[in-house]
Amino acid sequence: MSEIENKTEHGSMDGATAGTAGDPKNDTGLGLGVIFFIVAFLICFLSGWLLFPKLLYSKHEQPFNFDHVLHVEETGDCESCHYLRDDGTFSGIPKTESCLDCHTDEPMGDTKDEAIFAAEYVAKEQEVPWYVYARQPDCVFFSHAAHINAAGMDCKSCHGPIEETRTSRPYEENRLTGYSRDIWGKNIWGIKKNPWDRMKMNDCAVCHEKETGHKGYCFQCHK
Amino acid sequence: MIHDKKAHKYGMVIDLDKCTGCGTCAVSCMSENNVPFKEDESDKKDSITWMRVYRLTNNRPFPDTEVAFLPRPCQHCGGKGDHGHSPCVSVCPATATDYGYDTGIVSQIYTRCFGCRYCMAACPYHARYFNWWDPVWPEGMEKYLSPNVSPRMRGVVEKCSFCYHRYQLAREKAYANGSDEIPEADYQTACTTACPAGAIVFGDLNNPSHKVHQIVKPDPHPDPLNPDVVGKSRNPKVFRLLERLGTNPKVYYMSEREWVRKLGDHYLDGEWDKVKNVYGSASHE
Repeated sequence: MSEIENKTEHGSMDGATAGTAGDPKNDTGLGLGVIFFIVAFLICFLSGWLLFPKLLYSKHEQPFNFDHVLHVEETGDCESCHYLRDDGTFSGIPKTESCLDCHTDEPMGDTKDEAIFAAEYVAKEQEVPWYVYARQPDCVFFSHAAHINAAGMDCKSCHGPIEETRTSRPYEENRLTGYSRDIWGKNIWGIKKNPWDRMKMNDCAVCHEKETGHKGYCFQCHK
Repeated sequence: MIHDKKAHKYGMVIDLDKCTGCGTCAVSCMSENNVPFKEDESDKKDSITWMRVYRLTNNRPFPDTEVAFLPRPCQHCGGKGDHGHSPCVSVCPATATDYGYDTGIVSQIYTRCFGCRYCMAACPYHARYFNWWDPVWPEGMEKYLSPNVSPRMRGVVEKCSFCYHRYQLAREKAYANGSDEIPEADYQTACTTACPAGAIVFGDLNNPSHKVHQIVKPDPHPDPLNPDVVGKSRNPKVFRLLERLGTNPKVYYMSEREWVRKLGDHYLDGEWDKVKNVYGSASHE
């Protein structure tokens, strides 16, 4: 091979190398873009899924802790305190007056919570401002009588094993709507394992369709 | 369960000869249903009156002048052929209003309504009202609101619901008593119970033991001259508003006076004489 040929070949190779000289640089740019995208996606994703729910819901502690286990042991069932009135309406959370069937302004036990109840509410004749976990928006009409008497359901089928709770968990309130988080549900994936995990309109409709064959007309549950 | 039961068809008949136009029905309706009132209630583009009392006159010179009053709630139309296709329900793009086939009552769901007002355009009876403003009550009065009726916000349409919350409570009471029947007295609208003249009778048009059924005597068969019209009264004193449209309202009116009955619809010259003696005074053609 002559020197010239060799040079030419070399030169052409040089040219080829020069032509692709920018490629390694471009690769670095693309890699940075991918990394930037992933990092930005993770930041958005994590803030949306972890941070936003914390921002959206404010937590409130109940006025004092309520021990359902202790009370069920004494009273025996749910209906002693949460009962249907004669006209079919539901009594809900008992008023202080109902508690006075057993309690006085002198604590019966030695728990801190009962002392608060006796001193702050019984002695001062005040109602306890409980946060109601299961309270529906005010456009909703819910009949306990229809579900207990007509459909034969028990408290547990919707409310879960409340009688096994020793402590009152914090109430989470949606800052935008003012509704309890129990309505929208805790699980951000929308997975529902128990009836009491979520109680939105569609959850009512699904059960109604299954049990009665019809979702019901608007006014069945709205007012 | 809904389909197993025999459906109700709640309706009312208003005796225009007893009505004195006092407006108690309208006032009781407003307080029962948390209807907001305005600084200037005479501004009819702004004021909301689920139950509105109209003044009718025979347009004759003195001494033949006569006046009657006509209270107008939502007519709870069954639609053509009484199939539940009410004018407002048919046009709502949001399904914010639906026809309850178990009661025959047309609902209005304020949280679902987005305020396009298509239903107001469709309603031949002007029974629907738009909230141009958020409701404002004088200070302290919001404590008198009924917890059984949800208040409305600006931008939604509202209308008479036949006091549906009273039906909900009556049904709840029936469940608690282990009964399937809702007694006639347990479900009465606010206007019915408030009327001092007893001009309004409310009940189940499908239940022959209810007074409203006995007065109206609804025809179980469609009008042979106009098959869209169903449930026409067989009482010659009873008529419905714009009956020939086939909207099949569940609000009936009653009067001895022919000129009052004639005002229930727009009759061309000579049309009235042909129909006035037919049942319900409003047959077609």
